Amino acid sequence: MRLAIIGAGSVGRAVLDQASHRGHSVVAIADSSTAAVDPAGVDAAEVLRRKAQEGQVGAAAPDALFEAPYDVLIEATPTTLGSAQPGFGHVERALRADRDVVLANKGPVAERYEDLQVLVDGSEGRVRFEATVAGAIPIMATIAAYGPAQVTGVRGILNGTANFILTRMASESLAYDHVLAEAQELGVAEADPSFDVDGTDAALKCVIIANVLSQGDRTHRLAEADVTGIEAIPTSAHQAARDAGKTIRLVGEVGEDGVRVGPRLIPLDDPLAVTGTENIVRLELTDAGPMHLAGRGAGGPETAAALLADIDRLAR
Amino acid sequence: MADSEVTQQAYTIRLELADEPGQLLAALAPIADAGGNLLSIFHERGNITPRGRIPVVVDLECPPERFSELVDRVRSAGVNVVEAGADRLAETTQLLITGPGVAADLDQLLSRVHADGGWTVTGLEARTPGGPAGDATVVLELTVPDGDLGAVRATLAQLLPESAVLIEPLELGGP
Repeated sequence: MRLAIIGAGSVGRAVLDQASHRGHSVVAIADSSTAAVDPAGVDAAEVLRRKAQEGQVGAAAPDALFEAPYDVLIEATPTTLGSAQPGFGHVERALRADRDVVLANKGPVAERYEDLQVLVDGSEGRVRFEATVAGAIPIMATIAAYGPAQVTGVRGILNGTANFILTRMASESLAYDHVLAEAQELGVAEADPSFDVDGTDAALKCVIIANVLSQGDRTHRLAEADVTGIEAIPTSAHQAARDAGKTIRLVGEVGEDGVRVGPRLIPLDDPLAVTGTENIVRLELTDAGPMHLAGRGAGGPETAAALLADIDRLAR
Repeated sequence: MADSEVTQQAYTIRLELADEPGQLLAALAPIADAGGNLLSIFHERGNITPRGRIPVVVDLECPPERFSELVDRVRSAGVNVVEAGADRLAETTQLLITGPGVAADLDQLLSRVHADGGWTVTGLEARTPGGPAGDATVVLELTVPDGDLGAVRATLAQLLPESAVLIEPLELGGP
């Protein structure tokens, strides 16, 4: 497939790096200010060098990307809430041109799922978004394999930053601010970790799952989710949990009543009690029972791997 | 169907007894008199309510048509019946209340969790490692007579100050 990558952060660059090994060709890549376009395939090494040294991917205007002869648009710009722009606009342009779209950006599927379905219905193009939920872990593929109607509930640890902070606070009896600073030094937390620690990121992922499970009967949005973060949990709460044989985890839930994210008390031996930045999802399936899928929920190469899995499925 | 095979249904009634001799017998005698079959008595002597009464959860069986008369008889005997209902199975759950303001508001918070929200407080521990100005966590163990843990969460969320964070087990109020 011929790929056009919009967004040249860690995810976009990882797709550029992995694409050729997977038999795909990147004909365009754009960041917020420039684009590199070559119908024969851009020079990945040159693009990466230029981005690292000059902060830009190419010499063309970003809009030139949409003129390239691509089959699939990879939307890897940062997630935005509400109107989900500019990501939604990028998806719209590709679908109106009857191209396929593969998303890493959660905004369009979490905040404008209904609008997106209208665009898909009027297009020859298809939309896939495995990478928006739990990075490399194949949640969407598993739901698709069993069918959304078989899934009666979903619970998961969907934010590695929050899980890292909770794990460290519990095991070392360290204060929240101390562990957050440590996470930022390690690159586990961003300079502004709000979306990770206030539950927004996990809630967006749950909303996306809820939208898939609803199969068009109902559209979910972040605003309707019941979300509590982990910022206010002190060390004494972790000690109390441990003395009771439990641990505190930020759990996202999707059920009949919608989406709920909040700190929960779970037994230490519950499969959901993963440590560090690991993610895990428990699907409740009508016939198959509970099923756990665990792995890396974030990171450039991991998210790119999920994007390429989607691209491979579209190519079949 | 023979007369002797009347349908029995399980019920739970929740009483609060004054801490005086003979109170339990006064409460149970009318149950037997009304044809109720006692299954279990959960007498929480160590968990006296703010009004100085002892909570008692009684599980019994009786024919459905006799249940309301049975409750009336218990009330007529001067016993405070807090709750009475069908198919009730008590469940015990443990949860944490934490967050800013918990240490400073501890007394008020504890009186709120003792309010009649349809549960019995069977365990309570306040951890205030930093004193009134520091962080605090309240470990709460509740027995919920009807096992409706989702309703407990909703009631507690209303009783607690907005800054308090309720950390419950997964089975409590899940979607």
